[in-house]
Amino acid sequence: MSEPAHLPPDPVTTRRAFLRRSLEAGAAIAATGTLAAWLWDRHPPGTLAHRAAAASLQDFSIRDSGKRMAIITGADRVRTLRRALDALGGIGRFIKRGDRVLVKVNAAFASPAILSATTHPDVAAEIVRQCRSADASAVLVTDNPINDPESCFALSGIGPAVAAAGGTVLLPRASDFAPCTLPGGRLIRNWPVLHEPFQGVTKLIGVAPVKHHARAGASMTIKNWYGLLGGRRNQFHQDINGIIVELCRLVRPTFVVLDGTTSMMTNGPTGGSLADLKPTHTLIISTDSVAADAFGATLLEKSFRDLPYLVQASALGCGTVDFDALEPARDSVS
Amino acid sequence: MKISTARRIAQIFFFSTFLWLVLVASVGTGWTQWRGWPISWFLQLDPLAAIGTALTTHSLHPELAWALVTIVVTIAFGRVFCGFVCPFGAIHQFVGWLGRRVHRPKDKMAANAYRPAQAVKYYVLVALLAAAALSTGGAFVGALQVGLLDPMPLVHRSFNLVMLPAADLVSERWFPGGRFAMGAGLIGGVFVTFVLLNLWIPRFYCRFVCPLGALLGVFTRRTLWGIGKTGSKCSECGLCDVDCEGACNPMGPIHVSECLMCMNCLDTCPSAAPLAYLPRPSQGGEVTGHGVTRRGFVVAALSGLSAIPLTRLGGARTAWDPALVRPPGSVAEEEFLARCLKCCECARVCPTNVLQPATLEHGWEALWTPVLNNRIGTSGCQLNCIACGHACPTGAIRPLTLNEKQGQAEFESVGPVRIGLACVDRGRCLPWAMDRPCIVCQENCPVTPKAIYVSETEQTVRDGVFQVVSADGATLQIRGARLAGGQFASGDYVCKLPSEERGRAILANTEDTLTIDVSASRPEPVASGTVVEVQIRLQRPIVDPARCIGCGVCEHECPMSGLRAIRVTADNETRDPRHSVLLETRASQSTSTPPS
Repeated sequence: MSEPAHLPPDPVTTRRAFLRRSLEAGAAIAATGTLAAWLWDRHPPGTLAHRAAAASLQDFSIRDSGKRMAIITGADRVRTLRRALDALGGIGRFIKRGDRVLVKVNAAFASPAILSATTHPDVAAEIVRQCRSADASAVLVTDNPINDPESCFALSGIGPAVAAAGGTVLLPRASDFAPCTLPGGRLIRNWPVLHEPFQGVTKLIGVAPVKHHARAGASMTIKNWYGLLGGRRNQFHQDINGIIVELCRLVRPTFVVLDGTTSMMTNGPTGGSLADLKPTHTLIISTDSVAADAFGATLLEKSFRDLPYLVQASALGCGTVDFDALEPARDSVS
Repeated sequence: MKISTARRIAQIFFFSTFLWLVLVASVGTGWTQWRGWPISWFLQLDPLAAIGTALTTHSLHPELAWALVTIVVTIAFGRVFCGFVCPFGAIHQFVGWLGRRVHRPKDKMAANAYRPAQAVKYYVLVALLAAAALSTGGAFVGALQVGLLDPMPLVHRSFNLVMLPAADLVSERWFPGGRFAMGAGLIGGVFVTFVLLNLWIPRFYCRFVCPLGALLGVFTRRTLWGIGKTGSKCSECGLCDVDCEGACNPMGPIHVSECLMCMNCLDTCPSAAPLAYLPRPSQGGEVTGHGVTRRGFVVAALSGLSAIPLTRLGGARTAWDPALVRPPGSVAEEEFLARCLKCCECARVCPTNVLQPATLEHGWEALWTPVLNNRIGTSGCQLNCIACGHACPTGAIRPLTLNEKQGQAEFESVGPVRIGLACVDRGRCLPWAMDRPCIVCQENCPVTPKAIYVSETEQTVRDGVFQVVSADGATLQIRGARLAGGQFASGDYVCKLPSEERGRAILANTEDTLTIDVSASRPEPVASGTVVEVQIRLQRPIVDPARCIGCGVCEHECPMSGLRAIRVTADNETRDPRHSVLLETRASQSTSTPPS
């Protein structure tokens, strides 16, 4: 049988062409092998043990300032806040020129300031102004709220107030969270925490309202750190005291502001009605959040004994429930 | 300036305007936010939306009166809406131009020849309008499905839910945390397919599919101005077809209803005189029909009409889908479906992303209509938000005031707008089913007083009955226990002594001791052999249906990560008294005036 005449003849394979093609094929095989070796997974899925424990948070407390506290009564938040700072030696004791300050407010809910479910914008703005006056290089304000973040910062009034005072609101983005581990912690292990806003930060201030909370008993300065958690953080409600104590160990702020000008006595932590609120006309600044919250409990007509997380945090040495031992500066501005 | 340059400027202007209105449709008062921008303006200009809803509701929604402008302009000047205004048309023209820049004029002329299949869009229009027109009252009101293919809802839906969020995926500048849409693949797929079809045949969608273009084509039957031949000498070179967008054969006889008013033929005609935009018929002859045959018309109309029984006989009107939780202010379902354009403006403005386009899971008729998905949203329906009703161009969602939504002031006697009812799934709820403390739902309920309250109880834990060996004040030594240190010290556990009504808080425990709280009072001495129980204090959530508004914040926050242990369904929604659950809420409903 002969080849049909219309097919083109076989191209002649020369030795040179054959060697060239062999080299090209060899190079392609070598490249594939190299790529496979480079991508080789030495830790296939199934074991998490090799994962390095994620970092903890930096300590923002000022060691030489000691434990200090001021309890100021009065209805005007800005004046009580200023008086409290003065009583502790002025903002300059805490914030130095060039400090990059992160302010963690409670902006959990998209509700107006008058309902006191969130940090009052006047307090947030005054803290920003004070930090600016101490020549802080930047004052960042953040929270990972429960309701829609943008609505929360807008409706609570914190967003516009902070911007007007020269601060920057950082709304949490999905990429802002990084896993975090509390050394010796039981709950906060490789858990996503609002991490990005902490970049380059040198001082941390917590600003929280005084609120009733059906599960935790009360939500004040320590519970406020819950807003740094990401992920399905609500599962921590199964051990609410445990998580609050761990937050108290994880987050060591420069100082905290507890705004008890108006306290939410019932229906917390959302509130929603003026009937849930009571004028308690007190503002606390403390470098010891346990002491601040122990005093705050009295505004809610409770004792620290009603809040197991305070007893436990105190026992672990995170602070003291015996706030009188700090000899708080007390004053009244009317 | 050449007329085609003016057209390009107009297209760029209107497309930019469209993009701007999509971009700014976020709730807020900044100038790059919604503020007062007329975000639904292009939808209001849409005569197909106006005529479609007029057929189903027998009324013209005031916002849609803008469509009259489009109709008047079309009757007077031809389909300038398609050529100059339509943002979807601008995309088609741009992509078609991009794909054909290097083609030879001969091939372009061939691609732009009139095809009889251009009549298909008229059949699409007839079918859609026939489905809308059939109205025998009761359950058989017409079905408004024009939004499936109407370019205005289509392009809004695609940009609102897919293009903009996709462009923002990396930067998260517009939507921190990301923005999601159920079935985005189908919405985006339809859009991308129509755009890519331009590479096969230019303006594929406009020529063969667009029901709005078909409708405007009908209005050109008596048009005053149009493209046509002047009577000056024409060499019949056919160059007018090179860039003809409408494939309308300007050399004549021209298909008047197909002309998109791109005006390109005026520029590509090598001699100045033969073609012009004129207030009189073309000297080259005109085809005023649409290529629609009587037989085709009847088939299309019957197809549209048969869509009604095909969708309605499924029984969804009586066995209504409780998963269809509609946004607050929505009118009752029959009228809702008779009004909703599927434009997804509501889903775009929703600040929490909880408002989602329904997928085919919710039935054919409801495809791409708004439904709440509390797992996708960043929070449920926000108590202080009424954005969706103010974005809706057709009144499917009424523009509520905060007072009406929350049942305040003049609406106090009516009560709040309820979009559904949350029910606790006691088989999944941590405190109910698993004796673990939680009540996240109660904490987050935004209603005041809260619609979720708790029943307090103390439950003996598994293997939690112990015999006391000895008791030393606050510390009980127990027999045979192997506890983990601190296991019961979280503050949620109590030790129940037989002599006491309620358990005492456990402050600490070791492997075989329990330290109980004796600070308030000292218990009677506990004898050796006494049986004590370790109990957990639980608060178990209960929903008060008279207070629950169905906002879904609880469902969103519930820590059961997959199927939530508290879920909202449309039961008890106020928009339809027949869906009422409670006697008392039904009573308050009957006193309110139903929406017109």
